[in-house]
Amino acid sequence: MTEFNPLLIHPAVIVDKLRETEDIYTFRLRFADPALSRSFRFAAGQFNMVYAFGVGEVPISIVSDPDEPEVLDHTVRIVGRVTGAMARYETGDSLGIRGPFGQGWPLEEARGRDVVIITGGLGCAPVVGAIEYIFRRRAAYGAVTIVHGVKTPQDLLYRERFDAWRRRPNTTVLLACDRADKSWQYHIGVVTELFEQVSVDPERTLVLMCGPEIMMRLGAPILMKKGLPAPSIYVSLERHMECGIGLCGHCQLGPWFLCTDGPVFRYDRIAPWLGKTGV
Amino acid sequence: MTEAKGPHRLPEPPSPRPRFLSLSLFQRLIDALRNKGYRVMGPTVRDGALVWDEIRQVADLPEGWRETQEPGRYRLERTGSGRLFDVVHGPESLKRFAFAAREPLLTIERKAGGFLASSTLPRRELIAILGARACDLAGLAVQDRIFLHGSGADPYYQARRDGLFLVAVNCTRAASTCLCASMNTGPQARGGYDVALTELDGGFVAQAGTPAGLEVLEELAPPAATPEQVTAVQEGIDACARSQTRRLDTSRLPQALYEAHEHARWDDVAQRCLACTNCTMVCPTCFCHTVADLPDLDRQTSARVRLWDSCFTQDHGYIHGKNVRPTIKDRYRMWLTHKLASWIDQFGMSGCVGCGRCITWCPVGIDLTEELAALTSTGDSLARPAGSPTG
Repeated sequence: MTEFNPLLIHPAVIVDKLRETEDIYTFRLRFADPALSRSFRFAAGQFNMVYAFGVGEVPISIVSDPDEPEVLDHTVRIVGRVTGAMARYETGDSLGIRGPFGQGWPLEEARGRDVVIITGGLGCAPVVGAIEYIFRRRAAYGAVTIVHGVKTPQDLLYRERFDAWRRRPNTTVLLACDRADKSWQYHIGVVTELFEQVSVDPERTLVLMCGPEIMMRLGAPILMKKGLPAPSIYVSLERHMECGIGLCGHCQLGPWFLCTDGPVFRYDRIAPWLGKTGV
Repeated sequence: MTEAKGPHRLPEPPSPRPRFLSLSLFQRLIDALRNKGYRVMGPTVRDGALVWDEIRQVADLPEGWRETQEPGRYRLERTGSGRLFDVVHGPESLKRFAFAAREPLLTIERKAGGFLASSTLPRRELIAILGARACDLAGLAVQDRIFLHGSGADPYYQARRDGLFLVAVNCTRAASTCLCASMNTGPQARGGYDVALTELDGGFVAQAGTPAGLEVLEELAPPAATPEQVTAVQEGIDACARSQTRRLDTSRLPQALYEAHEHARWDDVAQRCLACTNCTMVCPTCFCHTVADLPDLDRQTSARVRLWDSCFTQDHGYIHGKNVRPTIKDRYRMWLTHKLASWIDQFGMSGCVGCGRCITWCPVGIDLTEELAALTSTGDSLARPAGSPTG
């Protein structure tokens, strides 16, 4: 078979399996085929279809640094049939990968600008690669503000990453927790309440947002009230996906296929569809 | 996303002068295709409907049958006429010949320390379709646009599509549910065929659409069609177009349907729709599919198989713990809005080719022309014409 087949699954070995929280794991994967491992490139914000033998595939964003594409990190919440099977996989086992798919974050457009990254829950995973990309080129970007909200303190993953980012120059990290306990040292409440502390320069600021759809739907207008134009906001969305190449039909939102036109969208292009019921 | 809008514009085929195929030459056309290695598939009567099956001789075709199609109703009857192609169509379009209803994608075998996945591309099979209708050729063109021009051209579809030889039969009879004239796809095939035929008493006027079609025709050395035959063909096709009463007003699409998102009519149609998926299964353009993993009992080998899916199913909009389209209202709205509106934004053409199958094969007779009219009219939006089926 020499013809390119976008539906062919490529085996990848689990190099490491990290338990992030009660129900979230990060699988560090390396293609079994060394040539593929060397040639694979991706952009921050893109995703792979990750396959568990005999069970199925799920779309998972690539968490790792795009400058280190030999090992691909995928952070997975154990919520369904396929991820349930993945939870039982250990280091040395093989999963499968097809990808990368979709449009990533606008990191070239963000050059020279202040970047605000707003995430909720597991929404922090798809932006990790973007944050690492920016910090590798720190001088090319202005102020970086990372805003992240979780339901409970136990839901905070990448804790050491947030701590490391906080120590970066010209960088602010703001964390919020809906239902905090005594261990929580940061803001208590929903993440949008932190927007008050985010300074927005309508000319300079670019926002990357990823999290529950309601957070983005309610959050974007707050930023726009601060003077930020809608085209300076990017959101990453989620829908049922089976193919990754715009053919299976499941991930449609209005005229868009999330798997090929997204998952990252400029807010003004997708906003008309976000508030609609049953789409 | 493309900029082009509006109904279908298929390329005009080359038009060498029309020939006439008597019934004996028509049999020789079947023979010629079979001799070239084609499995010839034509319309046949089975289980009270027209379905594609292998044709070896003219007698295998449904001579003297015609059908009545109405919303939610399909009946075949004998007429005693000598015509072979009086039945317009059955539930099957051409869809399955390129986009298989069940397509094995991969075989995945466990190996020491992992697994190996191999593509199971369909073996090349030559299939000649005898009696492709204009609407279905338009449907195939829509599917070509989706499966062959997208970001990932589909090698399974391509392999099947490459083996097709298409003999169109222009329609001189329309079902009551037909609306190809309104969608600019028929009743005369606008392209996408190798040979196009129009049936007259005692034979066919034939025209080649491709060099391959011309080659097959010329082997038969048919006489030129007479001017009278050519006129009769055009009259038959024109009369067929005029006889169609259903139409879709596409002039304000896609916007008109986007604007109708909160229209009360969606609740009304949701009371009637059973979410049975029939409309999507019979639709020549619906392309949604799901993938099933089928491990052997010993779990050493697992197959991946692609199956037709439908936006009317529970699972279509499911995403970890929630369904983005939980109600039948959401799903009917998704289907109609996609078919008639967002499809234009996605592919530069309508998702409806006017075959009318979704009307006929809907068990409760929901008629998309009525629904669109109600959803986009400015008047009494909930009114339905008297006598139309209700839930």
